[in-house]
Amino acid sequence: MSTNGLLAVEDLVVHYAVPRGLVAAAARRPQQVVRAVDGVSFTLGRGELLALVGESGCGKTTTAQTVLRLLDPVGGRISFDGQDITALPNRSLRPLRRRMQIIYQDPYESLDPRLTVRSTVEEPLLIHRAGGSKQERAELVKDALARVELTPQELFLDRYPHELSGGQRQRVAIAASIVLGPDLLVADEPVSMLDVSVRAGVLGLLDRLRQAGLGILMITHDLSTAARYADRIAVMYLGRIVEEGPAYAVIRDPQHPYTKALLSVVPRRDPRERSRPQILTGEAPDAVRIPVGCRFHPRCPRAIADCREIDPTLEPHGEGTGHRAACILAG
Amino acid sequence: MSSLLEIEELNVWFDLPRGGTLHAVQGVSFTLDRGERLGLVGESGCGKSTTVLGLLGLLPPSATISGRVLLDGVDIMAGGEETVRPHRWTDLAIVFQGAMNALNPVQTVSSQIVEALELHGLASGRAARARVGELLESVGIPRDRGERFPHEFSGGMRQRAAIAMALACNPSVLVADEPTTALDVMVQAQILELLDALCRDFGLALLLVTHDLPVVAQLCDRAAVMYAGEIVEGGPVDDLFHDPRHPYTRLLFAATPDLYGEGAPVSIPGAPPRLDRPLVGCPFHTRCDRAFARCTDERPLLKDVAAGRAAACHLNDVPAEVPV
Amino acid sequence: MSVVLQEPGLLADAEPARSRAGLIWDIVRHSPSAAIGVFVLGVFVVLAALAPVIAPYGLHEEVGPVYGHPSWSHPLGLDDGGVDMVTLLMWGARISLVVGFAATLVSIVIGGTVGLLAGYFGKSVDTVLMRITDYFLAIPDVPLMIVVAAIWGPSLFHIIVVIGVLLWTGTARVVRAQVKSIRERVYVKRARSLGAGHVRIIVRHVLPQIAPLLIANTVLTIAVAVFDETALSFLGLGDPSRISLGKVIENAFQRTAISSGAWWAIVPPGAAVALLILACSLIGRAMEDALNPRLRVAHLSAKGFRLRPLVGRDKDAV
Repeated sequence: MSTNGLLAVEDLVVHYAVPRGLVAAAARRPQQVVRAVDGVSFTLGRGELLALVGESGCGKTTTAQTVLRLLDPVGGRISFDGQDITALPNRSLRPLRRRMQIIYQDPYESLDPRLTVRSTVEEPLLIHRAGGSKQERAELVKDALARVELTPQELFLDRYPHELSGGQRQRVAIAASIVLGPDLLVADEPVSMLDVSVRAGVLGLLDRLRQAGLGILMITHDLSTAARYADRIAVMYLGRIVEEGPAYAVIRDPQHPYTKALLSVVPRRDPRERSRPQILTGEAPDAVRIPVGCRFHPRCPRAIADCREIDPTLEPHGEGTGHRAACILAG
Repeated sequence: MSSLLEIEELNVWFDLPRGGTLHAVQGVSFTLDRGERLGLVGESGCGKSTTVLGLLGLLPPSATISGRVLLDGVDIMAGGEETVRPHRWTDLAIVFQGAMNALNPVQTVSSQIVEALELHGLASGRAARARVGELLESVGIPRDRGERFPHEFSGGMRQRAAIAMALACNPSVLVADEPTTALDVMVQAQILELLDALCRDFGLALLLVTHDLPVVAQLCDRAAVMYAGEIVEGGPVDDLFHDPRHPYTRLLFAATPDLYGEGAPVSIPGAPPRLDRPLVGCPFHTRCDRAFARCTDERPLLKDVAAGRAAACHLNDVPAEVPV
Repeated sequence: MSVVLQEPGLLADAEPARSRAGLIWDIVRHSPSAAIGVFVLGVFVVLAALAPVIAPYGLHEEVGPVYGHPSWSHPLGLDDGGVDMVTLLMWGARISLVVGFAATLVSIVIGGTVGLLAGYFGKSVDTVLMRITDYFLAIPDVPLMIVVAAIWGPSLFHIIVVIGVLLWTGTARVVRAQVKSIRERVYVKRARSLGAGHVRIIVRHVLPQIAPLLIANTVLTIAVAVFDETALSFLGLGDPSRISLGKVIENAFQRTAISSGAWWAIVPPGAAVALLILACSLIGRAMEDALNPRLRVAHLSAKGFRLRPLVGRDKDAV
């Protein structure tokens, strides 16, 4: 686990109430709750890229948004650079927003179509009244564009989003996120809507930003991307982290049956590498009716009787590697 | 024995709203044999979806098509819509991109498939319902679940339902356009396994359209790589990966991250050319790392480079430059 | 030989972005019905605005007998007071347009604000505002106008307020729907996550997006406002000291134009109102069609693709 703590999340819990109609409320039926995030803990350091991977409904996006306090948790603790921001009111959060930013999946919707690149990248400076005079702001904008490799900047400053390709739009979104010089960047599926030939460029850019000290929390469903770019990977299932550790270890030496199954079904580039996929039946149950005991046991190929009763916690695997898995049969 | 499906010089032009035309598909030719799985791979805008929609005659009035579509030796495109229609669904079936979201929300899944059967005059009433039950089971949906509405199905099950609908009229060719793009990796594996089993059990030929190279590598025997409206390389997927004969093929694989591979993926600089203007030279030459003088002036033709393999690249004419 | 690699490549020669005014001009240019509407409306506005200057005769000037027939010097004849009809129409259009525009302004301001707040803030604000809107929607227009005019007294100002207060509900709904959808756009969420306040988001991101549809809605509302004013005046509830087109018709009805066979006292003003409303409707509909992608139905066309015979091996022939 990293020690230059930028972000520390402890036992985070986020629930949504399932809206129920008048009849159900009048009949006093119990309020159903979607336990989107059900006890998640992790840390992220400066200059580190942590990938949160999992399938839809596992809670990774909810976790990322809650970390930035775009959603409110019902339990747990979020510490940003040593400060507890779990229950901080909006007014106090505002200055902190300069230091934690988010980029979204859809580059075609991320930018206001009526604003030029210049306006889009300048906007954060205006919102936070930062950057000084008009000239100084213009310099910061040019600098941000240079850092996302949209050069020469003059070619891009006065363009509108529809004149740019998907990869370029995503770079503009990244530029707008880094112009204030944040410490933490949350990237929600940053390249899944881009063409394959463009992805490596954007991911490489994120990697270079990371090397310059930015802490990145990347949400992705693509294990291959996580394998290549993340320092650490946390695998989520039904609101919990089931395995976490250095990327190399999680990919090459998975401990949790879910991780193993996921890895086995990822298609490989090389036609000769046709692994034996361990295809799980069915799909993950919805987060309203979470199985008792280990939440993965109904689909687990290795479940034993105890799995129906014991809800495992993350236990270390090996010595001091920071590789943990929540499975009673692991390690 | 001739191929089941032969596409010859398929061209598609779209009228643009402000005048001019977009040459979306430029002389595409390929064959598909019985029981074969062919992957049509390429990035957005390369024309792969337009190609398959074109050969099924499913393009809008703003489109103009030329070329031959030979089904068992007979050109079904000869008379346009009139000659294509009888073969749609009964010989050539398609699972559209996003089909899982195109199911009628106010009809049960079973009734939608029954409707397909009745419209094509293949069965009705009890016989149709029995057939639908069979179809649903063959795609892994329990018979009685068919009485539910689409919104009660998960994404993966809706995709299975869409596949069942495509198979209703016993086609010999199944076209699947990005069948797993919106699905989680586990569900994707289930659907790919399903397609694999269906092809084996029913002797279907599969034309898989996707941008996802690893999916093609795992499921298909042969593949055709498309770029800027044309096929730039085609052949067995094994050869495409281990011995590419077009720089785009090689670079596309290099840009795709692999779970266990070493090294970082590399992106391809630049962007595809505009298709509303005539192209001079090789469409890829501005982005190619091995372009030379000939590439700027002369457009390479798709030529055989080995048995069962073809590529459109001038480098193949210079023995010293291979491998590409 | 090396090839210059530019990463990332710009989309060459992309179309320049259209400004808002350019967008509207574009729509008008491409739709014949909108062009006609603009022309007709333009004629009305010009004639009405310049009425004091270019009207052929005085408004109260008796230039001939009661219900004089149309003639060369009076193409639309005379009314019951011997006043030239063309003059009457020009002056009448003035009031009709003034009321139409003013009432629309009131309606757009109220409706736009209500729709914006309801759509942007959602939840309880939305519920409360929409319930209020529903109540206003449920009130029948003309009876309310009659009651208000009867109680409050007919003056131009009252008429404008009454019409405006009745028409804002349509705008509110349209604006609310659009604002709701814009609020969910990713770039708005991004702005919020950056820490932008509500005012900033509304001014910079929401208002510019709803402006075109709001303009279309405004034009359509003018049509309804003119109609409502005409109806009110025809029922005798209009401002007695002003002549609007509706009042011209009312006068003719009251003063036995029909039994006198003086069709020229009734048909031209009626036709003028109808033309005015039609013009606004044409413009408004054309704008709506252009701005609302869901209204496009080209994909439902029964025609299929077109075939072209093989053009041989030359791939570059188009």
